[in-house]
Amino acid sequence: MDLLGHLATGFGVALTPYNLVYALAGALVGTLIGVLPGIGPVATIAMLLPITYGMPPVSALIMLAGIYYGAQYGGSTTSILLNMPGETSSAVTCLDGYQMARKGQAGAALAIAALGSFFAGCVSTVFVATVAIPLSELALKFGPAEYCSLMTLGLIGSVVLAHGSLLKAIAMVVLGLLLGIVGTDVNSGTARFAFGIPQLIDGIGVVSVAMGLFGFAEIISNLESDEKRELIRTKVRTLWLTKEQFKEAWPAVLRGTGLGSMLGVLPGGGALLASFASYAVEKKVASDPTRFGKGAIQGVAGPESANNAGAQTSFIPLLTLGIPENAVMAMMVGAMTIHNIQPGPQVMSSNPALFWGLVTSMWVGNLMLVVLNLPLIGIWIKLLQVPYRVLYPAILLFCSIGVYTVSNEPFDVLQTAIFGALGIMFLKLECEPAPLLLGFVLGPMMEENLRRALLLSRGDPTVFVTRPISLTLLLAAVALLILIALPNLRKKREEAFAEAEA
Amino acid sequence: MARIRHPKDFIAGLIFIAFGVTAIVVGSNYTLGTAARMGPGYFPRVLGVLLILLGGALAIRSLWLQGSPLRSWKWRPTLVVLGSVVLFALCVAPPRVFGVALPSLGLVLSTVILIILSSSASPEFRPKEAMVSSVFLAALAVGVFVIGLKLQLPIWPGQG
Repeated sequence: MDLLGHLATGFGVALTPYNLVYALAGALVGTLIGVLPGIGPVATIAMLLPITYGMPPVSALIMLAGIYYGAQYGGSTTSILLNMPGETSSAVTCLDGYQMARKGQAGAALAIAALGSFFAGCVSTVFVATVAIPLSELALKFGPAEYCSLMTLGLIGSVVLAHGSLLKAIAMVVLGLLLGIVGTDVNSGTARFAFGIPQLIDGIGVVSVAMGLFGFAEIISNLESDEKRELIRTKVRTLWLTKEQFKEAWPAVLRGTGLGSMLGVLPGGGALLASFASYAVEKKVASDPTRFGKGAIQGVAGPESANNAGAQTSFIPLLTLGIPENAVMAMMVGAMTIHNIQPGPQVMSSNPALFWGLVTSMWVGNLMLVVLNLPLIGIWIKLLQVPYRVLYPAILLFCSIGVYTVSNEPFDVLQTAIFGALGIMFLKLECEPAPLLLGFVLGPMMEENLRRALLLSRGDPTVFVTRPISLTLLLAAVALLILIALPNLRKKREEAFAEAEA
Repeated sequence: MARIRHPKDFIAGLIFIAFGVTAIVVGSNYTLGTAARMGPGYFPRVLGVLLILLGGALAIRSLWLQGSPLRSWKWRPTLVVLGSVVLFALCVAPPRVFGVALPSLGLVLSTVILIILSSSASPEFRPKEAMVSSVFLAALAVGVFVIGLKLQLPIWPGQG
């Protein structure tokens, strides 16, 4: 079947009233948590996973995907009006977006963020659709050795993107892998690291890990710092761009979309990397770089387009290779597993309605998001006026109910609290939790493929370097590590993170 | 005695070593097998050794790598937030004590307890505001989760 035929199948699924409602729900929740600082897509997806049990798998995935790209829309609102990232991937938008708002151009900044995101969303949906077929055909040639190497590359990628020391990030990955294999070993039936606790025999739940490390730890750390939030006082008058602003912004939107789509596919990539890279590029190509940081519209248009493009194309490795490349995709693996779908190249052929339905729902969701974010902007601004002291107990409540309803088991909540404590400790020690979550999800897959690869090669470890695809993937991983370890680039990487935080 | 210049790395290193040692010690009960026929103990052993190596490198490196000091830990938010969450779970679904099943407090009362208790972790805690918000959220929780999503949760005490 040709691409148009596939897309028609997809729209047939995505445009059913039932799935439209779930796309809208995802987009709404995504915008909501994007606007609210202190809760991100990882914790939200964890929170909503249990309620998707009873839903058809495609509706569940449509809704959860909407949360990720919806958050990219919502995040910009907070960055522009509050000078505080609603989402980490909108952090760079603060630099110029807030300055625009202070100059009375909040409306223009919000408009270009939403329109740029929409354009990027449309382009990257097509990108996902076109790249997916050849990539999944390639992936069907993969054996266990290739999968092992691919996972290694993916995990190294997540390390490169982590803040701070490389060594700590690698250790977090390994710890994640270890936590991932807790529970019954599928081959021998041995209950590993269960410590006699019956609930641990089924393994540690991904919801508990994600909610503890990303949800609870974040709330606690916000409570410890006494940052004051200040909403900009100016009224958002017109939500439109002047002709000059449009002229200045559209090349940045194009560049951001292209860059974001590319970076989204890379291991470790996604919305975050895309927005940082786009800001750097915009500053490089600008005729007058000194305007950046003082309200340059390109500094909003580029990164906001890029983060949405990156959010969507980061589904490509998951849907075609079965490998999650960032923490949000790790949660999507959790969602697919719950619905008994093994992520990988076979999804497209065995379940085309699910695959194409999800891809086309992204375009539908983006259309909804423009409506949700432009005309309804007033509602989101109102929401920003709710003080954090009222907000966080509500977030805690929804998180607790979410964790509890995974299996109506109070032990799960206790386990989540333990991961919350671990999370706050890791934050204090500057150990990023994202590599741990990725390792956690990949742990069982990695062990299984390692086992099979070495079983097939009769214990000969050279199998990983004698098969060409596997060798290429491993070389890429090594190259990535060397690149980052080089002193020059390392400084650049630290600067990029520092700039984003400033 | 060498001085620790990077306390965060040093402590992180020790924690990774501790996890690695646990993996190896507990994992020594599982059959190791060979590379070609891996037993359940093989992969954990590899990971444990890796963790010890990485943690060791971090700890040793912290003797000359300069790092910022650890900020003091305000234990109150951690304790109150995590405590109120655990208490919530215990109120909704109490454990068996000496074989006797205790009655559930129900979603409404549990929510009120969670909201008021966890609100008190904030330096800007306002009791009245927390009470109002707890009643509102309890109604919302029942509406969304029990009526809307039809989750199996007792609403009032003694229902579960």
